[in-house]
Amino acid sequence: MSITTFIIVSLIKTALALFVLLTAVAYSVWLERKVVGRMQNRWGPTRVGPFGLLQPAADGVKFLLKEDLTPPHVYKPLYIAAPIIAVVFALTSIAVIPIGNPVTIFGLTIPLQIAPDLNIALLIILGVTSLGVYGVALSGWSSNSKYSLLGGLRASAQMISYEIALGLSLVGVLIMSGSFSLNDIVAAQTGVFWGFIPKWNIFHGQFVAFFIYLMAAYAETNRIPFDLPEAETELVAGYHTEYSAMKFAMFFMAEYANMVTVGCLATLLFLGGWSGPVFGPPLLQALLPVFWFVAKVFVFMFIYIWVRGTLPRFRYDQLMAFGWKFLLPLSIANVVVTALIVVLQQ
Amino acid sequence: MPQNYIPIFIFLAVVGILIPLTLLAAKLVRPENPSRTKLMPYECGIDPVDNARGRYTVRYYIVAILFVVFDVETIFLFPWAVRYKALGVFGLVEMLVFLLILIVGYIWIWKKGALEWV
Repeated sequence: MSITTFIIVSLIKTALALFVLLTAVAYSVWLERKVVGRMQNRWGPTRVGPFGLLQPAADGVKFLLKEDLTPPHVYKPLYIAAPIIAVVFALTSIAVIPIGNPVTIFGLTIPLQIAPDLNIALLIILGVTSLGVYGVALSGWSSNSKYSLLGGLRASAQMISYEIALGLSLVGVLIMSGSFSLNDIVAAQTGVFWGFIPKWNIFHGQFVAFFIYLMAAYAETNRIPFDLPEAETELVAGYHTEYSAMKFAMFFMAEYANMVTVGCLATLLFLGGWSGPVFGPPLLQALLPVFWFVAKVFVFMFIYIWVRGTLPRFRYDQLMAFGWKFLLPLSIANVVVTALIVVLQQ
Repeated sequence: MPQNYIPIFIFLAVVGILIPLTLLAAKLVRPENPSRTKLMPYECGIDPVDNARGRYTVRYYIVAILFVVFDVETIFLFPWAVRYKALGVFGLVEMLVFLLILIVGYIWIWKKGALEWV
């Protein structure tokens, strides 16, 4: 394919991915309100549209039309840049995530991934997502308010602490697959044990790593039970206390986009990506992998909400002790045990 | 292939233009009537006391320093893990020595109380 076609195809894929991702973000907010509502014996949104399905649109319009205060005590350049940084880097990591096998449309073979088959895709995701901490830290500092500063500091310390456990939990997967390319990692997970258990990494020796990843991911995205940075009862809203209207919405979008990314990554690394039973006519065969991928990500999002409806919040010293004294040694032990088993099998 | 990196920059450019545009678009339609009370730093209704740029606990610095140490360790483990099956026993022993040095340091900082949050 020529370079012009390549760029046009990339632009179309970018637009599609952005549309899908932003819709997914809006509707995960709706899903969360609905599911948490039912868990607390309430109805959740019901007024706007059937089942409250138009609620995200109403919220969007409201965010757009609300008064946006820029208080005089903030450091303005960083105050405005912080939400943009947060949301841009939260969305960008989707660019390297594959959602299925390449498809052929009009004679062109198109990989279902914006940046096709990079051999360092996993490193790019880790790098881009860890840049998100700048949005949080800068917003906390530039707001020049005590709650924001405390929230920003807490969030930064928490995100960098759990990033280590997150990174180490991926080492086991890398040993199993021997590649940074997400396509290769998924390809390494095809096949079954004893005829019925899929050979996904979670069933293939990386069970502990999956749970380390899960817990570290919750802390990275500042979700309950690790939502100390925005603990309403003590910090008002944490690092975005002084933000309003569209800028506040940016932080919200960043949080949910990060949840989607983390879910996609968990699916690709531990749950076999888009692998699943494929049958039926050619069109169905082309669509089913994408369906399995989306279904797995959806399960992951649902567990996020379920956990939010179930668990209370940690204390900050418990959070730090859990990360440094439990997850870190556990993830190092997981790396050593995986390495030993792989050598013994050879 | 190097051209496979281009779409990432296309994506970054599109998002980087779209997001500030949304902020500008909101500026055109939203109301704007600030008042003194609205513009005060939020402190639950009490008049703000003192500057927000105060001092905070040194623990955050310690966490940042420890992060650098262990994150570099993670980065060293990544290329090793990718080539692990080719390296075999040699790779295992090498990495066990590397990890042992780090674990000794880890136990030392634990004993020193750097991981306690008081």
